[in-house]
Amino acid sequence: MSDNCSRREFFANALKLAAVAAIPVGALKILEPGEAKAAIAKTGVRWGFVVDTHKCIGCGFCVKACKNENEVMYDAPVSRTWVERYVVTKDGEVHADTPNAARDGFTTPKIHGQVIPDSEITKAFFVPKLCNQCENPPCVQVCPVGATYQAPDGVVLVDRTWCIGCGYCIMACPYGVRFFHPQFKVAEKCNFCYHRISQGMKTACVDACPTGARMIGNLKDPNDPVTKIVLNERVGVLKDEYGTKPQVFYLGLDKNVR
Amino acid sequence: MSNHVWRPAWVVLGVVALILTARYFYVPSDFGTHERGFMYGYYRKASEEDWKKIKVKYRTKDYCKDCHADKYEMNMASKHSIIQCENCHGPAMDHPENPQKLAIDKSRDLCIRCHAKLNYPSSRRGELKGIDPDSHNAGMECSACHNPHKPSLEGLK
Repeated sequence: MSDNCSRREFFANALKLAAVAAIPVGALKILEPGEAKAAIAKTGVRWGFVVDTHKCIGCGFCVKACKNENEVMYDAPVSRTWVERYVVTKDGEVHADTPNAARDGFTTPKIHGQVIPDSEITKAFFVPKLCNQCENPPCVQVCPVGATYQAPDGVVLVDRTWCIGCGYCIMACPYGVRFFHPQFKVAEKCNFCYHRISQGMKTACVDACPTGARMIGNLKDPNDPVTKIVLNERVGVLKDEYGTKPQVFYLGLDKNVR
Repeated sequence: MSNHVWRPAWVVLGVVALILTARYFYVPSDFGTHERGFMYGYYRKASEEDWKKIKVKYRTKDYCKDCHADKYEMNMASKHSIIQCENCHGPAMDHPENPQKLAIDKSRDLCIRCHAKLNYPSSRRGELKGIDPDSHNAGMECSACHNPHKPSLEGLK
């Protein structure tokens, strides 16, 4: 073999090197049986939510229950969940409002002080909103102190003892779900009633909903009614283009819903 | 190296050591990277348990049905069976110990959450029986005539 590498040899060696470099370190790691078991067990639950906008009647019982259950001051203009009303008229205009986060429901046809005659309405509906518990939560990425995080079951939580109240996460959430808690002086958000779901109950909003427009379930259980809807029905998510991978799925989502 | 270089260097090292010592005592031992990796799972593990410890306030119908069986059965046979007791009676919490009595919301505002008529096509609200709160016996409590546990018109008082 000559000192100079031939063109053929050079390409062959380069290919071999590329192939070896492409093997990730993880592929060479052998898990102990215990480790493998633990890795599977940890991923047994992934909480997800389905909102059926056809069923929502805008009563606001979900908002009332949420505020009481989670100690969000009842009269403060903040809420972990809210309901939006959309009224689309014949001229194509979209009228939307959420008076007081719909805490007292929608009791009047007036939207921002304006009555829209029934004959002008082409479609009108209610859309409940809550934290999407994103698979890629932007609010968690921006936290400078590690006070907000994604629990192994997918729920994004805030550590109240660790939050410094800088508000980065409130800015980062594309869904406007986070707010500053007026009493605890920390970032606050919907956490799927973590104290309820972790003991087998449903969230306060799901229980309070008279029509079954809200559903919570384990997306990793193929027999869960919520999983079945997500897999078998035509569901949409909010602001898919942000790449946050929201885990709240909407049935009957309209293009006018933001 | 001369003395004027070492003296400020010692001060800097001292400050770094102080910060590291303070950090050692201040940051809990379970703070670090967990299941979801550094980007999403950098936190204090015990915080999960803190959230689980929050007290449940809305106990659902299952909590009410044994003591208030008569009301429960009347309600379950009616169209209002889909409504939780606590939506009108308030969160049960530790009732009957605390609170001993629940504050019942009998206001019109509660009923018209659903029954203020809104003619909305493409929403179930449009199908729901409703009234115009301004013209339908304004100022009276709905429960003066209607029985909320048995809201059908046969149940009229």
